[in-house]
Amino acid sequence: MNPLFDIAVSVARIAVFFAFVFGLVVVMTWVERKGAAYIQDRRGPNRASIMGVTLFGMFHPLADALKFLFKEDFIPDGAHRLFYQLAPMFALAPAILTMAVVPFGPPVTIAGKQVALHIADLNVGILYLFAVSGMAVYGIVLAGWSSNSKYPLLGGLRSSAQMISYEVSMGLSVVGILMVFQSVQLSAIVRGQGELLFGILPRWGVFVQPLGFILFVTALYAEANRTPFDLPEGESELVAGYHTEYASFKFSMFMMAEYIHLVVGAAVLATLFFGGWQFPYLGDSGFAFPGGISVAVPAWAVFLLRIGSFVGKTLFFCWLYVWVRWTIPRFRYDQVMRLGWKVMLPLALANIFVTGIVLLLIDRGGF
Amino acid sequence: MEPILFMLFGAIAVGGAIMVVTRKHPMASALYLILTLFSVAALFVLRQAHFLAAIQVIVYAGAIVVLFIFVIMLINVPENRLPVERATVMRLLGVIAAGLLILETALLARRFAMPAAPAADSGSVQAVGRALFTDYLLAFEITSVLLLAAVIGAITLAKKKI
Amino acid sequence: MANFLSTIQFSDPYFSVLLLLAIALVMSVGFVFLSQALGPKRYDRVKYSVYECGVDPFTPASVRVSVKFYLVALLFILFDLEAAFLYPWAVLYRELGLFGLVEMGIFILILLAGLIYAWKKGALEWQ
Repeated sequence: MNPLFDIAVSVARIAVFFAFVFGLVVVMTWVERKGAAYIQDRRGPNRASIMGVTLFGMFHPLADALKFLFKEDFIPDGAHRLFYQLAPMFALAPAILTMAVVPFGPPVTIAGKQVALHIADLNVGILYLFAVSGMAVYGIVLAGWSSNSKYPLLGGLRSSAQMISYEVSMGLSVVGILMVFQSVQLSAIVRGQGELLFGILPRWGVFVQPLGFILFVTALYAEANRTPFDLPEGESELVAGYHTEYASFKFSMFMMAEYIHLVVGAAVLATLFFGGWQFPYLGDSGFAFPGGISVAVPAWAVFLLRIGSFVGKTLFFCWLYVWVRWTIPRFRYDQVMRLGWKVMLPLALANIFVTGIVLLLIDRGGF
Repeated sequence: MEPILFMLFGAIAVGGAIMVVTRKHPMASALYLILTLFSVAALFVLRQAHFLAAIQVIVYAGAIVVLFIFVIMLINVPENRLPVERATVMRLLGVIAAGLLILETALLARRFAMPAAPAADSGSVQAVGRALFTDYLLAFEITSVLLLAAVIGAITLAKKKI
Repeated sequence: MANFLSTIQFSDPYFSVLLLLAIALVMSVGFVFLSQALGPKRYDRVKYSVYECGVDPFTPASVRVSVKFYLVALLFILFDLEAAFLYPWAVLYRELGLFGLVEMGIFILILLAGLIYAWKKGALEWQ
């Protein structure tokens, strides 16, 4: 029981995952523009350079950050000054807090002690995630209301109504996963996904809960206000939605919060439905393929493969946001609300029932 | 450490609650209410009631205050037309009632010692569920009827305007 | 002091959450102040007026919000509560077995009646 060791571990885990998420946030702002450009057959960002080196426009995020910092930071006349200042804080703080429960690697042994690669392996796991991400709605509603301007007000309202509508479906869509893995703790869910299904398939969430996966992804996109659910900031009708009146670094705080939600959302998606850091057929001492073939792999390589597996899945889902954005057109508002309440909610409930019946049959030895 | 944190979050909860009733602008009251609810969740965590803490934030801070804020926006009184409270008698009565409540709590608290820390997993999702779906099954099922009544009530109240 | 430090459980995951909370608060408050401190400040009436497609705002923005949003928020609370009951049930489901399926079936069916009522009354319609 060395308190210094515990503090060091805690700080180190926060630092590592913080760096990972913020690094991805920066990269995502670049991928978003470069990816859009490639899909639309344009060049995309390519001007920002340091000593003539452009590096495919990779310096644009840096230039953006500097520009945001040194722009005029004004509060529009007639805005509710205090609430206007509070709104970006309410947006960013919950976004940072969502990072806490995502496991980003297998447990490692440091100085004879087992250390989980996980900022906080809470026993309420996914519930913490729902609790904290539910706070994000205040930043949006407050920004829209305090600007005292029409477009932000409408954008903020639409956005918050949409978010709470899909929060219900999101909460219900993971219930199936909880039933299968019998835990809300994310580390336990990842461990459960290391087993094999029928001896051939990895027991990943997406294979045991295909409908739950589709519902979760849809709800995730709606929660993050991403296309096809990005109508709170539909440029042609609402200018920029709830943050129309924001400038300078306050605007970039909203952007930062949005991208943190995207990155953490991708990581949670990988964790719940794609095995998290589990690598298919890879055990602690090496590969064990179905059919009895096994290949021994050294421990350090197993560790690297697992971390790589988590990072790779997260990167893929980050790219998926961009891909979907330029593939699917935007919904109309009544369509969004109808989808949320009349399609997603009944489907999520049906999914719970079907999962219940199938699990009952399995546990009774029917299979 | 735990008693210190408990007192800290308890003080934040009480302070926030006082701010909720004394702020002039309803939006400020709503934000202070979030602070109070969060501090209460922290108190739950300190008493090992982890599941309750998560539900406290999800349902109270995440859903009920959203409704309050929607209602504040729905009514949307401009700042210069907010009602000015002149009911000094009511205020006086409120202060007296609060004083009596504090006195009562203090007198009661002297009779009981601080309960020992509960077992580490007594408030986990599993433990709460086990109690809920065996000992308190009837209460659980009746809750659904209560929720149904709330749905019907809300729709009936808003129906004229739909 | 050393005595006091030894009473803190640093290995408790909630300690890490507290640490992260502190970081989140410092960052979000700090960024707003940083934004205030850096950058020029030149007042201009047109620049400081709220956005309305380049013209002076016609009317103040105190639009009254439709009662629809209020209804959605209420329905959200109710179904959020339902989900709150479902989590402990889901975790225990394989222990409870058929008994669990039946008791949750009754619970959900009663709430489903509420959803159908809202549906039929048109509370879920948006134009």
